[in-house]
Amino acid sequence: MRAIQDLLGRRMPRRMFLLAIVAAGLALSWAIPHGNWVNKYIQMILVFIGINIILASSLNLVNGYMGEFSVGHAGFMAVGAYMSSVLTLKVFHLTGPSALFPVAILAGGLAAGLCGLLVAFPSFRTRGDYLAIVTLAFLMIVKSVIENIPYLEGASGLVGMKRLTTLPWVYFWMVLTLWTLRNFIYSTYGRGILAIREDELAADIMGVDTRRVKVLVFVVSSFFAGVAGGLYAHYLQFISPRSFDILKSTDIILMVYLGGIASLGGSILGATLYQVLMEVLRPGTFNQAFSWLPDPAFQWLSDRVFSHLDVWRMMILPLLLILVMLFRPRGIMGLRELPIFVPLRDIQERRKPGRGGEP
Amino acid sequence: MSGRLEARGVTHMFGGLRAVDDWSIVLEPGELVGLIGPNGAGKSTVFNLITGVYRATRGSIRFDGVELVGRRSNRIAACGIARTFQGIRLFKDLTVLDNVRVAHYVKMRYSLMEALFRTGRYHGAEDRVVGHSRELLEAFGLAEYAAERASSLPYGQQRRLEIARALATEPRLLLLDEPAAGMNPNEVGRMMEFISWVRREYRLTVLLIEHQMRLVMGICERIQVLDFGATIAQGTPDEIRNNQRVLEAYLGPAEEGE
Repeated sequence: MRAIQDLLGRRMPRRMFLLAIVAAGLALSWAIPHGNWVNKYIQMILVFIGINIILASSLNLVNGYMGEFSVGHAGFMAVGAYMSSVLTLKVFHLTGPSALFPVAILAGGLAAGLCGLLVAFPSFRTRGDYLAIVTLAFLMIVKSVIENIPYLEGASGLVGMKRLTTLPWVYFWMVLTLWTLRNFIYSTYGRGILAIREDELAADIMGVDTRRVKVLVFVVSSFFAGVAGGLYAHYLQFISPRSFDILKSTDIILMVYLGGIASLGGSILGATLYQVLMEVLRPGTFNQAFSWLPDPAFQWLSDRVFSHLDVWRMMILPLLLILVMLFRPRGIMGLRELPIFVPLRDIQERRKPGRGGEP
Repeated sequence: MSGRLEARGVTHMFGGLRAVDDWSIVLEPGELVGLIGPNGAGKSTVFNLITGVYRATRGSIRFDGVELVGRRSNRIAACGIARTFQGIRLFKDLTVLDNVRVAHYVKMRYSLMEALFRTGRYHGAEDRVVGHSRELLEAFGLAEYAAERASSLPYGQQRRLEIARALATEPRLLLLDEPAAGMNPNEVGRMMEFISWVRREYRLTVLLIEHQMRLVMGICERIQVLDFGATIAQGTPDEIRNNQRVLEAYLGPAEEGE
């Protein structure tokens, strides 16, 4: 154990280790669907977890690292979903896997990033509650714009996209998201983001170009929301303006604050926990898990308790969030990071005892 | 050595209130000047005008020939002006080291793409910044707290850290807003020595606001007195001590039959 720690304390072995994990993950994401290692249902959950991780970690950049409160993430997701779907449906006319699929996803991300740029400008002058209202307005504008464009089939939504989103693709975009966010956060720009959260005025006076940092944050965050939207659209093969309403935003917000603000590890945890709980809290899983009970008891539980879970799970998760907020206001991993995401330089600086403090 | 500040006819209005009225000052490079006056005299407003938090309604503030009025705060910091705040404004949830690292922003010359791909330039710059931050913390006796959260430091150390953070921007002019506020006589004495040392060591021009008269009279070469936004006196500590208008501003007019 000690030897492993020492090994990971050096730059090259650590980089190799990271690469190995990423490569192993990629192999796994390919092998699982091809070898049918788990059933289709679990595969679906894995796809959603991946998409959720992209959504939660990118929203965490704005809500956690920068300390603003955006409720517009679903809006950026919608822009990405529609942009990429229009490309694969009406421009590229894709009928199966194609090299143009990542191009479409990338275009969806760029379109969403452009919208993020527009939201960044009001953020120069407003913050907190008022900026939250700006993002809410953005979400409503996106929804009504889409509803009123016949080319996008309006309120009835787009159908007919091929299921181009596969587990390896989701994995690829998820790794790209985490890699980008991590390198962004542990740079001078990233420290600027944290300074804005802590005290924007002081950040400005210490020379941080807060406007530039805010633009970067909103563009990067919305870019990945758009990517996630594209992946989502090409998995469900159906999108409508209603798929991206305020409830979708609140789901992502829940993942961020449950997992922990200003933590990529937290967002992974939050996104996974959210999806797993949503799946577990169904009548089916409980009926299966308790089928060993003697019949009258089982029948009673099944009819009187488990059958209501579909309704109750919509309350259980928010209740869980309230509990987390009461006892760990910054979320399960709030302000703490998995060591694997922290650059070696920062880990070493944290371990170093004070040279000045020694006798 | 540069670091010359020249303000001419600076006026700032809050609505109808003249918070600063026709304020002028010249700080020669290396000078240590005190700014005093009763509460609400406009001292902190002057700092906010210099650092671009407020934009002067009228007048001009030039630093080494560069006009500051109309510039954004971060550009002014890049010109070589740093400050501390009356109520300490550290980045509380960041570590002591990261507080100092943040303040290197203006000197970072790598692009976002270089940060994402962790190029040699990125690593070089980051290593230099950590090194420079460590040096500052060691010089300020804060090295042992480097990994602690800034908010966990005792009050006096937070004051020191705020000055260290300001120095990380490599300023030529340092504005100190009540550096000895809330300190006992012992601590005030130490703060006086500390300010003199910082000024010498880092070759700074210093403008400081302070209510602790012992500190102001003890280390400032010149003092300017503000009252209701207007300059009512300036001169050496001895001249200020015996100035009738200053005494009146602080104690009220010495009217007969009172």
